Amino acid sequence: MPHANALYGPLDPAPDAGYENPPPRMGFFTDTSVCIGCKACEVACKEWNGVPESGLDLLGMSYDNTGALTANSWRHVAFVEQPRSAGWATPAFAGDPDGPAISPVTAAAGARTSTDTGTDPGLDTGSPAVAARMSGGPEFLGMPGAQPPGRGSGAEGRTDFRWLMMSDVCKHCTHAACLDVCPTGSLFRTEFGTVVVQEDICNGCGYCISACPYGVIDQRKDDGRAWKCTLCYDRLGVGMTPACAQACPTESIQYGELDELRERAAARVAKLHERGVPEARLYGHDPNDGVGGDGAFFLLLDEPEVYGLPPDPIVTTRDLPAMWRRAGLAAMTMAVAAAVAFLGRRP
Amino acid sequence: MTRGGEQLTVPPADFASYYGRPVLKPPVWKYDIAGYLFTGGLAAGSALIGAGAQLTGRTGLRKVGRWTALGGVAASTYLLVHDLGRPARFHHMLRVAKVTSPMSVGTWILAAFGPLAGVAAVAELAPLLPQHGVLGLARRIAPPIGNVAGLAAAATAPALATYTGVLLADTAVPSWHDAYPSLPFVFAGSALAAASGVGLIAAPAAEAAPLRRLALAAAAIEFGGGHQLERQGLTSEPYTHGRSGRLVKAGRALLAVGAATALVSRRSRVLAAISGAALVASSVATRFGVFEAGRVSARDPKYTVVPQRERLDEKRSATRL
Repeated sequence: MPHANALYGPLDPAPDAGYENPPPRMGFFTDTSVCIGCKACEVACKEWNGVPESGLDLLGMSYDNTGALTANSWRHVAFVEQPRSAGWATPAFAGDPDGPAISPVTAAAGARTSTDTGTDPGLDTGSPAVAARMSGGPEFLGMPGAQPPGRGSGAEGRTDFRWLMMSDVCKHCTHAACLDVCPTGSLFRTEFGTVVVQEDICNGCGYCISACPYGVIDQRKDDGRAWKCTLCYDRLGVGMTPACAQACPTESIQYGELDELRERAAARVAKLHERGVPEARLYGHDPNDGVGGDGAFFLLLDEPEVYGLPPDPIVTTRDLPAMWRRAGLAAMTMAVAAAVAFLGRRP
Repeated sequence: MTRGGEQLTVPPADFASYYGRPVLKPPVWKYDIAGYLFTGGLAAGSALIGAGAQLTGRTGLRKVGRWTALGGVAASTYLLVHDLGRPARFHHMLRVAKVTSPMSVGTWILAAFGPLAGVAAVAELAPLLPQHGVLGLARRIAPPIGNVAGLAAAATAPALATYTGVLLADTAVPSWHDAYPSLPFVFAGSALAAASGVGLIAAPAAEAAPLRRLALAAAAIEFGGGHQLERQGLTSEPYTHGRSGRLVKAGRALLAVGAATALVSRRSRVLAAISGAALVASSVATRFGVFEAGRVSARDPKYTVVPQRERLDEKRSATRL
């Protein structure tokens, strides 16, 4: 007898999948407020899981080279530049100094040396005039420069923006549409409550890709099969931390028991609110949301869609009973229409 | 604001996104699947026609129905396997049976329908066999076996024609999912239209009366069940605008023309063939139009973000009260 919430609503997925006395549900809490955009998670994931090379493109939009979660990028660091001051409540970097960093004379002298001084990117070694100009103040080119905003030009000239960085990953939904619709049984629920593709079973039908409300799982073009984050199932089994969380230098990616992560996340949001960051909010933490809560959830500093996340995803299979009823009705209508068409006078 | 001469009914939506990139992955299904929607429906409708003709003693129509059903299901199988990322692993579909996966349900419907339709069609070859010997025995037992198989295929046909509506709707693709109440009816009507179209072209004129009634029923089912496609809010847009919208509209127009022509085609073989061709073309246009509409809606973040944002804001204002 399936659980009343088998398709929708709060549920503990591992026992529902048939595991007896499974270990606690494991997951990720990604706190984007401390993400520095280093992409160590992307690299560590590729290294450990043998994911093919990708993300070496210049996309021309930000420091994001990966663009999205794909079959070949199981972690994706999003970069969002916003015309907003940090914290909203205060003018941008109000307390920061705005005087010159180093004297133009010093910079010009340093530039005369034949070796690369390694100070400003774009510094033309051996060109004292350029060095003097660059140390004098920023020339805003649409990207953050090496100088703090307002240096040399005064606090009024500061551009008012912030960077949001976020390491996205498969959400390991409580109600995983990819898993529900998989016709081969390639996708399965692990004892840790995560969702994993078995690459020796997947025949590349592509159904999971259309079913995922987050656009995570993807087809590898030269291979045909569907691939996504496994939450390092092979590492979990021996008590190790997933590669991305292990590599994260700021503990933006935290791995652990989901219940404990949820408590930790709630405390972190409360602390950020207390410190004057009212826009901090959790995403995917709520077991009552449209997918029954995510196994990998996030602390965000803006609306989800700003990071490319759906604001209110609902697992498509919630409506599946209604869909089958409609199909049944249509099938009956069709059969009756055919019967009626053949009744009546014989030739 | 006009684009391509069409009036935009939905104003450009104001919403946030990540550099305008899609939230969802567009379906990786190739046009194979749009083609399958047509051939699968054609096979299902033709099996029903074959069974109806069998029960009412219309031999010529029975043959057309059975052979078209076999041709349709064979083409369907080819298209479905060809679309797979790993075609050699098509049989992995047979490892499991899952009601939560419309594709798994469809696999088993096809697994039942295909052989039955095949037996029913091959049984039509019985008169070519010699009168005596082992083959003579086969000649005598083939027709009753074919009759049983033909009826059994017809029993599974409505499921084959309508499950594809659930197949598309059970996805995160906004225009497909929101259309779940309509799609099975659109596809049922489209299947009957295609099958009666082939019958009007190929069957003896004296046996075509049921096909004319069926073409009318097809139009009634498709129009009746499908009118909601244009009334589901923002996610209707791909069904009414752009290339997908033009295909859906062409499907509707061809269906109306085909059904109307069928009604007056009693005395004219030419008119019957014209109406048949219009009905078949209508089905093709509708299937490719619906398929394309889903791809359009998955590629543009607007169709994902705006309805969800509205839903969320409504929920929030409701809890605040």
